Amino acid sequence: MSAKIEIRTAPHIKGPVTVETIMRHVVYSLLPICAFFIYQYGISAATLIVVVTASCLLAERLFVKLGVQSGDSSDFSATITGILLALTVPPGFPLWMGVVAGFVAIGLGKALFGGIGFNVFNPALVGRAFAQAAFPSAIATYTPSFVQGRFTEFIPSSLALPFMTPADSAAWAMGLKIDSWTGATPLAQWKSDKIIAPLIDLLTSLAGHMPVGPAPMLIIICGAYLAARRFMDWRIPIATVGGACLTGWILFTIDPVRYPDPLFILLSGGLMLGAVYMATDMATSPVTPRGMWLYGGLIGLLTVVIRFYSGLPEGVMYAILIANAVTPLIERITQPTPFGKGIMRKPKRNAAYQLTPEYLSKIESDAAKDLKAPRGRK
Amino acid sequence: MKFLSFMRGEVFERGIHPPENKQTAEQPIKRMPFAPRLIVPLSQHIGQPAKSIVRVGQEVVRGQLIAEADGWLSVPHHAPASGVVEAVELRPSARGPWAESIVIRVFQGSTQEVLAANPRDMDSLDPDAIIRAVQETGMVGLGGAAFPSHAKMAVPKGSTVHTLVINGCECEPYLTCDHRVMVEEANDLIRGIRYAMRATGAVRTVIGIEDNKMSAVAAIRDALARQNIAPTEIAVEDVPTKYPQGAEKMLIMALFGVEVPSGGLPLHFGIVVLNVGTLAALGRLLPAGEGLVERVVTVTGPGVARPGDYRVPLGTPMSFLLDYAGAPAKSRQVILGGPMMGQSAASLNVPVTKGVSGLLVMRDIELAEREKQKTYPCIKCGECIESCPMGLNPSALGMLASKRLYEEMGSQYHLGDCFECGCCSYVCPSGIPLVQQFRIAKQILRERAVA
Repeated sequence: MSAKIEIRTAPHIKGPVTVETIMRHVVYSLLPICAFFIYQYGISAATLIVVVTASCLLAERLFVKLGVQSGDSSDFSATITGILLALTVPPGFPLWMGVVAGFVAIGLGKALFGGIGFNVFNPALVGRAFAQAAFPSAIATYTPSFVQGRFTEFIPSSLALPFMTPADSAAWAMGLKIDSWTGATPLAQWKSDKIIAPLIDLLTSLAGHMPVGPAPMLIIICGAYLAARRFMDWRIPIATVGGACLTGWILFTIDPVRYPDPLFILLSGGLMLGAVYMATDMATSPVTPRGMWLYGGLIGLLTVVIRFYSGLPEGVMYAILIANAVTPLIERITQPTPFGKGIMRKPKRNAAYQLTPEYLSKIESDAAKDLKAPRGRK
Repeated sequence: MKFLSFMRGEVFERGIHPPENKQTAEQPIKRMPFAPRLIVPLSQHIGQPAKSIVRVGQEVVRGQLIAEADGWLSVPHHAPASGVVEAVELRPSARGPWAESIVIRVFQGSTQEVLAANPRDMDSLDPDAIIRAVQETGMVGLGGAAFPSHAKMAVPKGSTVHTLVINGCECEPYLTCDHRVMVEEANDLIRGIRYAMRATGAVRTVIGIEDNKMSAVAAIRDALARQNIAPTEIAVEDVPTKYPQGAEKMLIMALFGVEVPSGGLPLHFGIVVLNVGTLAALGRLLPAGEGLVERVVTVTGPGVARPGDYRVPLGTPMSFLLDYAGAPAKSRQVILGGPMMGQSAASLNVPVTKGVSGLLVMRDIELAEREKQKTYPCIKCGECIESCPMGLNPSALGMLASKRLYEEMGSQYHLGDCFECGCCSYVCPSGIPLVQQFRIAKQILRERAVA
C-alpha cells in the first residue's frame, strides 16, 4: 500500500456522456440528412456542405489561436454549425458566399461571445441572417432537385468568383425545360399564388423537381434518434411544432381560404430542420423544462406570424433568433420549483402506501395513544 | 429517460442510474482480525464529543465503557477490544483534522469476547428507558450520517409518530454492507424495529429496499412470515432502484408520494426514518446490554484484491483493513463511504469509525480516466436539472458560483436545499465540479451568517 493517496471531492464517479459525445452524435444524426441533400442536388450540395463546414472550422481555429474564444475543434460544435448553415441555404449558393457566411457564423455568432456555451444566438442562423442581408438574391434563388446529371455538373452559380455576379442559375433552371418549373419554393408559391403543394410530396421531398430541402420525414427520424439517446431535448421540437400547428390551426379555422392547412405549415420551408436542429441548440435555448415549452411555442407562433404577415416567405430563422434573445427572460420566469417548496395538494397517485395508516382500527389507535401517554420527557 | 422511469414505476422524480458495481453482494460477511492497535476517536458522531473516562496504562476489556456521553446530543464509546490504553491524545482523523482519541494496544492472546455486558429485559422498559438504553449502546446512524440514534428516536413534545421507515435502499454504488446485514441478520433487524416502534410510538413500519436487493427483501419477508408478523405492522417494500433513493426525503416520496417540506423533517408527517444497519445492531445490542464495538464495512473498489463485507472492530486503522483485503500499492485514492457522496481519506493511519460504511479503493487507471476529461464551459444542456432530485437549477447555480454571487445562490436559487448528492456533477457533460462549487458557496454563506 503506497502511503501517497489523493484527496478529491465527491462524486468520485462520472457519467459517460461528455460534450464531445453529444456533439459527435449530433453530427452522426446529420449525416443521413446531408446524404439526402446531396442525393437531391448532387455535387453542388456536397461541395457546399464541405466548404461551409471547413470555413467554420478554420474560423474557429483562427479565433481560438487569437485568444478571442475558448475551446478547440475537437468538440464538433463548429462542424454542426457548418453543416446546418449549408443545409439552410439554396444548394446553388455561390461557394465563396458560403465561406463568408461560415466565417461570420463563427465570428459574430460564437467567438464574439467567448466560444462554446456563451453564445446568445444560434451561430448557424447568425451566419444565415448575415447571408440573407448581404446576398439577398443568391439566397432566394432555388434550383430544381433531382436534375439530370447533378452528380457530375455544378449548378452554375456555385462556382461564382468572389465579388463577381454569379451565373444566372434561375435562367439555367428555366433552360432545363422542366414541366411546371416556376423557380419558387412551395412556401413562396403559396405566398404569391396560394398554391399548396401535395403534403405527401412535402413530407418525403422525393416527388418531381420541387426546390425543397431534405425531407421533413428524415429529419424527424434523425431527431427522434437524438431525443431517444438524450442528446437533444424532446420538448423543444414538440413545442415548436405544436406552437406552429396551433397558431396555424386557429387561423385556418377563422379563414380557410386565406390561410393554409396547418400541416402545410409544418412540412414546408425550414420549420422541421429549425425545430429539430436549430431551436434545440443547447447554449441558446432555455435549460428549464417549463421554459423549453414556452420557448418552443414562441418559435412556432413567430414562424407562422412572420410567414403570414411579413414580406418574407420564410420565418423560421428570425423566429428562432428572436426566441434566442428572449431565452434569458424565459429562464428567469420559469425556474423549477424545488422539492418541498411547491404546493402539494395530495400525495402522488402511484405511491405504495397511504401517508397516514388508515387501516388502524379505533382500538389500535387508542392503544397507540396509550403508548405515547406516559412520555414526559422535555 | 422519463418514459423508462415511468415504466419502472419510479415515484420520486429525476435522479440518476450510475453503474451499480455491487460485486460483494453475494458474499457472506467476514470477520476482520484485530489490529495490534485500535484508535477510538472521542468524536465519531454529530454532536458533542464523548468524555474519556480511562487513563493511560489502564486495562480495558472488550465492550467496556471508555468514554461517556457529554450531554443529550452525544454518545458513549466502548472498548472495541481487550487491551491496555496506550495513550489518550490527538490523532489524525479521516476527515483531516486531528481529534482526541483513545489508543488501545490489543492483547494478542485474548479471546476477545465481549465481557462487559448487562442484559436487560426489554419488555419491561417504557419508551424513555428504551431511548436511554439506545444512548447507552453508543449507537449512531450506521448509514453514514453518524447522527446519534437515540436523538432521532426521541419524538419532540407536540409531535406524534405513527410510521417508522426503515431505510434499506443503499443507493450508493459499490456498497453492500446493508444488503448483507438484511440478508444475514433479518431477525435482529425485526427485533430492532420492534424496540424502535415502542420507543417512537409508531404503529407501523415500512422497510424500503431497492429492487436490486431482492434477496434482502425475500430474507426479511421470510423472517416476518415465520414470526407471523402482519404486513400491516411491518411491511417490506421494494422500490425501483435509483440514486439517491437512500436520502430520506426521496425514500418518503417513493413510499408515500409526499414531499417533505423544504427545511422540514420527516417528523412533519409523523415519520421517523432509520437505517437498517442501525436497527439490526440495536436488535442484538439492546437485550444483551452491550455497546457498539464493531460494524460491517464494505471494502471494495477496483483496487481491492479480496473485496467483501467485513465485520470490523471500531478503531481499526484503514491501512490494516486495506492490507487484509489486499489493496495493491497502485491505489491512489481511498474513499470513505460510497463513490457519490463519500469523502476521500486524508491519511491511511486513520481508524474506522461508527459512520464509515465502506472503503472504496481507486487505482491510477480509474483516476486517469477522469483526469482525461476536458472541462468545458456550461453548454446549458439541462442534464443537471433533469437529474437534480431536489428540483434545483444546478446550471444557474454553477454559473453564479463562478461569478462568486453566493448571496444570490442562497436567496434566489435555493442553494440551502442542496444535499450534495452529486447527481449534477455525475451527469455534467462539461465536467464542471458543480457539487464542489456548491459546498464552497454554502461554507462561505455559513461564515457570512456567523460574521
